[in-house]
Amino acid sequence: MRKFLKPAVFLLALVPFVLLLIRALQNNLGPDPAQELSIETGEWTLRFLLITLALTPLRDFTGRSEFVRQRRMLGLFALFYATVHLLAWMTFILGFRWFAIVEELVERPYITVGFTSYLILFALGATSPKAMVRKLGKNWKRLHRFVYLASILGVLHLLWILRTDIGEAVLYGSIVFVLLGYRIARKLNTKKSVLS
Amino acid sequence: MLIKKPSDIKPSEITPESVFKNRREFMLDGSKLLLGAAATSALPAVANAQNGDSLKARAPAAMRRSPPAAWWANKFQDIKPAPDSEPFFTGESLTPYEDVTIYNNFYEFGMDKSDPATRSGEFKTDPWSVEITGEISKPGTYHLEDILKPVDLEERIYRLRCVEAWSMVIPWIGFPLADLIRQFEPTSKAKFVEFETIIDADTMPGIRSRFAIVSWPYREGLRMDEAMNPLTFIAVGLYGSYLPSQNGAPMRLVVPWKYGFKSIKSIVKINFRETQPNTTWNDLQANEYGFYANVNPAVHHPRWRQDMERRLPQTLFSRRVIETRLFNGYGEHVAHMYDDMDLAQYY
Repeated sequence: MRKFLKPAVFLLALVPFVLLLIRALQNNLGPDPAQELSIETGEWTLRFLLITLALTPLRDFTGRSEFVRQRRMLGLFALFYATVHLLAWMTFILGFRWFAIVEELVERPYITVGFTSYLILFALGATSPKAMVRKLGKNWKRLHRFVYLASILGVLHLLWILRTDIGEAVLYGSIVFVLLGYRIARKLNTKKSVLS
Repeated sequence: MLIKKPSDIKPSEITPESVFKNRREFMLDGSKLLLGAAATSALPAVANAQNGDSLKARAPAAMRRSPPAAWWANKFQDIKPAPDSEPFFTGESLTPYEDVTIYNNFYEFGMDKSDPATRSGEFKTDPWSVEITGEISKPGTYHLEDILKPVDLEERIYRLRCVEAWSMVIPWIGFPLADLIRQFEPTSKAKFVEFETIIDADTMPGIRSRFAIVSWPYREGLRMDEAMNPLTFIAVGLYGSYLPSQNGAPMRLVVPWKYGFKSIKSIVKINFRETQPNTTWNDLQANEYGFYANVNPAVHHPRWRQDMERRLPQTLFSRRVIETRLFNGYGEHVAHMYDDMDLAQYY
């Protein structure tokens, strides 16, 4: 039973992508598929980021280590969806016009923030193999704490895009706040019990 | 506290499932006729047109909206078809009726592009009055029927360019705003025209959102010469039929040389004034949305580059990305109004 968990989670995590692919091939993404694809892949990036951040609290509350064992894979899925999101924007919105892409990255703050978040996720993904964990030692944990910054920047990226109704950003932002707050509270608690 | 749920859509508003499922093929059949003839001047009307009907475009019978009152039928009886030349016509292929009516920015109904279509089921467009006030000889509140009485409807095929860098080609039914303005005899003090959209929290679910940072009602405005320009249009119909709620029924503005947000929908107030009015988007973000909002590929919006646009509909594999033209290609008829203005400053 246990050994089917990882493959099952893997397949589940692929479902949003497969559904998007099917809709794209059937031309079922509405009249502006470039925009629809960008929006959907962006949302799934945020969702996978939040799911990844929720795994440690879930393990703490249930005592089940299975949660934390999915963390690397689900984190990599966040990077996967972020990559599709970035590629969709570069291809379908900007048509691979490199001067336009560079201009956008530099001149539009919400894109700069989003791209920075992507770079962080890329660095985390590149250092996710077990060999890298060994190689980086203590620094690995320090580097991977940047996932919190990546999540905050992701929410900021969304907030900056929304123009008249910030409900969606408030929702994602609240969840990030809670998950981050949990981490901070836990750290403070450990310090207290060590000192006492 | 009474919180109303978005209501169920009226059966008459629901697209039959068979039509919905096959809409791409359905639209392709109809638009093949339109697309095929796009290169030449006259577009054949879609199959459902009546005999002797010379309108350039008709909504598919299964999807067209019926007007909410009997008096509309007479107005839609005699529509002058679009001519064969710019600016009231373009040879570019039309955006299919279904795309025009499910992809809308009408935030009073919700933030998603499909919200106006799916969440406007309770929106009432009849009876409808417009408060016409300010520097005119006959201010007052007028029934839409009376405002339209002296007016003859005509068809115009305009490009609509959204500030989000997508665009459509839409066959509107309506009349020149200049005709309405002349009815109300503005004085010499009337330098600007201000418009307001209806707000009704009961039937417009987006207004009830607690996270909206925009203050309703939606307001827009034009300079007097822009309002009197022959291109400025009041639309009451689309593809030969009554305007759907999501497109701004029963009466909306169409200013084709400006970004789409200037083309205010569901108008309930028209005010003639001496000073430039505040507009909703300019109030929200003055550094992004100006009063003039003329389509200009050389002036980038802080959020979107404006040098290109996505002509809808498109697919991921055959994208239609075209170069944006100054004044959306209508410069010949509007550029003179801005001769002495720096368009980068007055964006």
